[in-house]
Amino acid sequence: MAGKPKLHYTCGRGKMESIRWLLAAAGVEFEEQFIETKEDLEKLRNDGFLLFQQVPMVEMDGMKLVQTRAILNYIAAKYNLYGKDLKERAQIDMYVEGTTDLMGMIMMFPFQPAEGKEKQLALIKERATTRYFPVYEKVLKGHGQDYLVGNNFSLADVHLLEAILMVEELIPDGLSQFPVLQGFKARISNIPTIKKFLQPGSQRKWPTDEKLVAQVKQIFNI
Amino acid sequence: MSGKPKLTYFNGRGRMESVRWMLAAAGTEFEEAFLETKEQYQKLIKDGALLFDQVPLVEMDGMKLVQTKAILSYIAGKYNLYGKNLKERAQIDMYVEGKSDLMGMVLTYPFSPPEEKEKKLALINERATTRYFPVYEKALKQHGKDFLVGNCLSWADVHLLEAILMIEELKPNVLSQFPQLQGFKARISNIPNIKKFLQPGSQRKPPPDDAYIATVLEVLKSD
Repeated sequence: MAGKPKLHYTCGRGKMESIRWLLAAAGVEFEEQFIETKEDLEKLRNDGFLLFQQVPMVEMDGMKLVQTRAILNYIAAKYNLYGKDLKERAQIDMYVEGTTDLMGMIMMFPFQPAEGKEKQLALIKERATTRYFPVYEKVLKGHGQDYLVGNNFSLADVHLLEAILMVEELIPDGLSQFPVLQGFKARISNIPTIKKFLQPGSQRKWPTDEKLVAQVKQIFNI
Repeated sequence: MSGKPKLTYFNGRGRMESVRWMLAAAGTEFEEAFLETKEQYQKLIKDGALLFDQVPLVEMDGMKLVQTKAILSYIAGKYNLYGKNLKERAQIDMYVEGKSDLMGMVLTYPFSPPEEKEKKLALINERATTRYFPVYEKALKQHGKDFLVGNCLSWADVHLLEAILMIEELKPNVLSQFPQLQGFKARISNIPNIKKFLQPGSQRKPPPDDAYIATVLEVLKSD
């Protein structure tokens, strides 16, 4: 069954957003089935669709893929966004793990109790500007190429752009010390498939608001 | 430069243990440098050896690999423990990610405050026996083969054995409801490279003790 990939998740960013980005970057159209209630999740579980009872889940190529990293790796490899050999793949993996850690902090931020938010925001800013962004700034400056790895567009570039935009939503001047990343951001945003994804009407999801936080807590019993 | 991979980490399991397992399963000898003091750690950072200022660090094939997943994927790919095609790789990735979630809980358990330990242990047991082990039990039962994916030893098998043994240390009868996994455990433990790793004198590390916990906290403590 050739069909389009079908994504199962809530109608929000969460762990599925990186997958939406990657499919969009690869120019792959996809469908979405949104989990809106606890019953929706229970049905997926009872039907045996979720290997570890968790989402994200992506139906593609006859598989019900779960676990974000597994899904991203599969899509990246399938659409030639995973480097040309094992060493490039290792580079990409390292960079993506870094942006995953950073975006993980941002993902949890809306779920923080109000009194912890200021401290968490300061930590996000500190990590972004002293641990993560300097690394990518240095890598790009070091080789002077347009893309992070192997002079070719890859998952690492998509993931970094996603991370940059997420940080900037919380910390608007997040890139102020990183001129090379500013250039990277402009360049990657202009790639046609990505440009399209960044426009209104695409399947890109909004930043998580209180309403979604409440819905997620309800569905997943948090 | 001996040419062997060089692992830099604390002298204990933590996140590096899965890497030791994989290299051992692949029959690859490796060297280790142990982090014992904050100064050593700061020096590594200052020397630019750690991409994100974190360990594990594995130096191999001219690269300074960090991020456990990246390291394990590289080793799996290099030593043919990653399936024979993209779909098998996706299967292996899914299985490994599931076990990592479980092992992550075991990893942080020794660092929990004493009053939380009982609750955490109960959660580890619950997740192991109701979410994770049933999946692997079912997979093995369904295809009836010796290995999880593609009838060939892979990262998924090594990682599952590691997870089983770690959970058994905390809950000795955890496999009592899982006959397939019991058979799997015996079978994979008997593979020569793995059997060797399971013997005393190998580079396998013991369960975390107070000394290990104290070292980790001391080395990673911020100024």
